[in-house]
Amino acid sequence: MSTVSESLYTALSLVWQLDPILMSIVGRSLTVSALACALSCSVGVCLGAWLGVARFRGRDVVLTVLNTLLALPSVVVGLVMYLLLSRSGPLGFLGWLFSLKAMVLAQAVLVLPVVTALTRQLVEDAERAHGEQLRSLGAGTLMRSLILAWDERLALLTVMITAFGRAISEVGAVMVVGGNIEGFTRVMTTAIALETSKGDLPLALALGCVLLGVVLLLNAGLAGLQRWRQRVEGVTVASWGGAFG
Amino acid sequence: MNARSPDHPWSAGARASIAGQAAPWFDLRGVSLSYGAQVALRDIDLRIAPGERVALIGANGCGKSTLLRVLHGLLAPSAGELWRRESLRLAMVFQRPHMLRIQAWRHVALGLWLAGHPWAQARERSYLALERVGLQGVAHQPAPTLSGGQQQRLALARAWALEPEVLLLDEPTASLDPHAKRDVERLVQDVVAETHPDRPVTLIFSSHNLGQVKRLASRVVYLEGGRILADLPTETFFQGPLEQTHPQAHLFVKGETA
Repeated sequence: MSTVSESLYTALSLVWQLDPILMSIVGRSLTVSALACALSCSVGVCLGAWLGVARFRGRDVVLTVLNTLLALPSVVVGLVMYLLLSRSGPLGFLGWLFSLKAMVLAQAVLVLPVVTALTRQLVEDAERAHGEQLRSLGAGTLMRSLILAWDERLALLTVMITAFGRAISEVGAVMVVGGNIEGFTRVMTTAIALETSKGDLPLALALGCVLLGVVLLLNAGLAGLQRWRQRVEGVTVASWGGAFG
Repeated sequence: MNARSPDHPWSAGARASIAGQAAPWFDLRGVSLSYGAQVALRDIDLRIAPGERVALIGANGCGKSTLLRVLHGLLAPSAGELWRRESLRLAMVFQRPHMLRIQAWRHVALGLWLAGHPWAQARERSYLALERVGLQGVAHQPAPTLSGGQQQRLALARAWALEPEVLLLDEPTASLDPHAKRDVERLVQDVVAETHPDRPVTLIFSSHNLGQVKRLASRVVYLEGGRILADLPTETFFQGPLEQTHPQAHLFVKGETA
């Protein structure tokens, strides 16, 4: 018990003193996850919006695969990315393995199905409500996708926050493709895993506190966003909260 | 869309053959439409000439809304022939106008922009359209926050702004209170009469309100089970010997089901 309390005290001191090692890890984590989120959202929102409106042969198969990818384990993503980026892999020429770029790519791949599937669901619901009206005005598939995605922009913000939460809290993919190299590719989750295995609980706890704080802020932001939407638009918003971790 | 080209050998004759009337803008022959195993329209023969005001009536599920969508082109027939004049400007107002989460004026402007107008011009015309329907005061209000009557007037404003040659209305006043109903009806009459200086807009609408049908329509089409069972001028429909000529339609008018 005393070890836990001592570790917690040291951890909070590290956070309070803005320990340089701690801050560099936190900064790297936020940067990698934000870039991954931006990358996956720019592709996933467009793809999801189009899937929400388009009707084509084989769509059901695509949606089944997409929904299956939602449950993709992060270590599997890491493994696949590792194989692709390794020297003998098809993307080996990039020389990205054990770099931040590889970590961004791995997290983006991990989060892409989440963004695409949630966007698809939102836009498909909107298409059910507005699609016929928009078609009567002459809007084709692509135009309807864009209009409906714009109309669901606040709900999509929720999707983006969810994606960021998923990215920043995963450990498997970045561990495999990043290598957890100190001062280079070490991020919060990989550092927590390493420091815990080494028995350095204060740093692991401090990182855990920051990670929890980030997720807490995201959840608070989500809740605030939902309340604001309900007030402004008078709509009940589906909650994606609790998806982090 | 199954609309055939104007030079189709069948349609050229058909368009010119309505006795004493202008060539039809819509010509349906043997049109049927199914949703899977459920048949929504059966063997529909219908011609609609420019300037006509056609009411589609019948019980729920008789095919009124489906027929309107087929006429617009939102649904394609499963069988039969549909000819529609090319480049016809159509506008449709739905029973429940689902509003995007944008300001009221943007709704109208979006319709114009999708029809090919530059955004600046669309914006200018949207304000004029809102003024026409008395919604200039809520132009910058989010459309979903408007009342049901206001939303329907907004939908009409958007239709009006498009300067349609044909206006299709799917039970436009079904969910409105009597006051809002009267407003919308008056606006429909204005759209029909004032959109084009030289000719009235062709109006095709579905309704359960027989009073409204008497006020707005020049022709009544009665549907049952996806078939047209009566197609008569409004006066004949309501004042003629319907009981002898069209007993099912008579039962419907009397508030009974056949």
